[in-house]
Amino acid sequence: MEEKLTLFKNRKRFGIEKNIDIIFKNTALVLSSFVAIILLGIILVVFFQSFESFSRYGLKFLVTSEWNPVKDEYGAFTAIYGTLVTSFLSLLITIPLGVGTAIFITEDFVPKVFREIIGSFVELLAAIPSVVLGLWAIFVMEPFFRTFFVFLHNFFGWIPLFSTEPTGRNSLLAILILVVMLLPIVTSIARDSLNQVPKKLRNAAYGIGASRWKTIFSVILPAALSGIMAGVLLALGRAMGETMAVTMIIGNSNAFSWSLLSPGYTISSMLANQFGEADGSQVSSLFYAAFVLMILSLVVNIFAQWLVKKFSLKY
Amino acid sequence: MNSLYYQKRLSRNIGDKFFTSLSVICALIAILPLIFLVTYILIKGGSQITPELFTLEPNPPGDDLDAGGINPALIGTLIITTIASIIAIPVGVGGGIYLAEYSKGGAFSRFIRFGVNVLAGVPSIIAGVFIYALIVSTKILFGSMYSGLAGGMALSILMLPTVIKTTDEGLKLVPNELRYASLGVGASMYITILKVTLPSAFRSIATGVVLGIARAAGETAPLIFTALFSYYYITGFGDLFYEMGSLAVLIYNFALEPYDAQNKLAWAASFILVLSILSVNIFSRILAAFTEKTKRV
Repeated sequence: MEEKLTLFKNRKRFGIEKNIDIIFKNTALVLSSFVAIILLGIILVVFFQSFESFSRYGLKFLVTSEWNPVKDEYGAFTAIYGTLVTSFLSLLITIPLGVGTAIFITEDFVPKVFREIIGSFVELLAAIPSVVLGLWAIFVMEPFFRTFFVFLHNFFGWIPLFSTEPTGRNSLLAILILVVMLLPIVTSIARDSLNQVPKKLRNAAYGIGASRWKTIFSVILPAALSGIMAGVLLALGRAMGETMAVTMIIGNSNAFSWSLLSPGYTISSMLANQFGEADGSQVSSLFYAAFVLMILSLVVNIFAQWLVKKFSLKY
Repeated sequence: MNSLYYQKRLSRNIGDKFFTSLSVICALIAILPLIFLVTYILIKGGSQITPELFTLEPNPPGDDLDAGGINPALIGTLIITTIASIIAIPVGVGGGIYLAEYSKGGAFSRFIRFGVNVLAGVPSIIAGVFIYALIVSTKILFGSMYSGLAGGMALSILMLPTVIKTTDEGLKLVPNELRYASLGVGASMYITILKVTLPSAFRSIATGVVLGIARAAGETAPLIFTALFSYYYITGFGDLFYEMGSLAVLIYNFALEPYDAQNKLAWAASFILVLSILSVNIFSRILAAFTEKTKRV
């Protein structure tokens, strides 16, 4: 009996090992909660730093466009408008291009090897740093499009969007470089969601006599829609927060203009330009602008996640 | 009249041809500029590469025709990404271990997974703004303001979601039988994780982490008002607490200079940055494809 008990005792783990086990688990728990701490920290810090400006201007900050450190008057309308316009217009161009490319990759128009090469090439491009794209935009894209912009102004100048004389960097170039940045995101997510559509659906559509594009438009695209939408929303979030390439090519002017051919501003380019040299209430106003940007991208991201959760696992 | 033959003039066939060519055009419009972009960067940047580039300090912009080299920025990028990795990898791997191994799908783990996705979507410049408010403007790091250390912290915020996600997903792919076997022979939970599950998920986690590091190395926005920029050699440990240059910020600053010599330096730095990021990406892709094949056998 005695002997058996000691044997049983020895089968138990040593106290020290038990403690290590508990410590290990709790360390992992603490480390995983770091994410939440950082996220809340970012929201709180940016909010409290912007408090001074927030209490001074309230929501008027969002609709006035004077940004004058000398007179100490701040309103971020130009930057907010620029953020929204550049991101939405660039998405408008990217969606058909990206989805069209994704369809090209997932259908069997060309042999699989080529499609895989194209697919992985597009994915590689997502890895190119945005500051390099900005450099390319300044020295290659801007000279390349210059004559085209003059043409656009001469023939479509009566439309407010093209009403100013193009002089170097402008919002339209920022939209175009955003298209280059967003294309890989939209294409690869659209490709993944098209690939996930079960083959049965396609065969059924072919079986009842639908042509290839009838099948794509009425069966495959609707089935992949939620995934594509989520990808588009992620791209929208990226476009709104994108800083370097846009800052380098948009021209950074706070003068409000409807025209895409005049220099503009986005919230992130304003932060990149002014944050280093700002002081006093300008800093607080910049934090307020940063807070607006953060709320915008949070809303878009959370909506994208909700969409994925709501509509995934349909089949 | 044989209706079984393919009829070219049929409206559905014409429509099909039309949309097929439309998608080919889309793919061409999408891919040609991208090919052009990469070749341009590689050719234009590659032609600026000289041995002195790697050893000299950049000269301050001016009429000086000789721009110098990018040694401080190159070393700075290595140091800043190393600092970011030192912070983000332990925290991220630890957090991923908790999510994959310990959590039971309750409210807390769902909240953390949600937070990881949200944090991944936070604009990178916001990470810079956050670190500026928390560390740079408060001078909390021994009275130094802009510093390489602060820059590394800002980058670590961007790396963290990637590391957690790849650890979480890599561990989830490890078959449960391995865990049962290990626990069954009497190993405790932490031994099981450290000796069995982590090693078998090592390759996929390492791939994800390396890709995250490569991504962080090209980030500029979080550095421009945390690490700022420096023209001078990094000489010792103490330089961590001062302004530190990086390739990304060098490209940004010198692209906007009106002088040709500085612009060329920006192209050279882009070449080095893009080449290293692309080769890391391609290498990890080949590795991933290779592992997938061996696993299937």
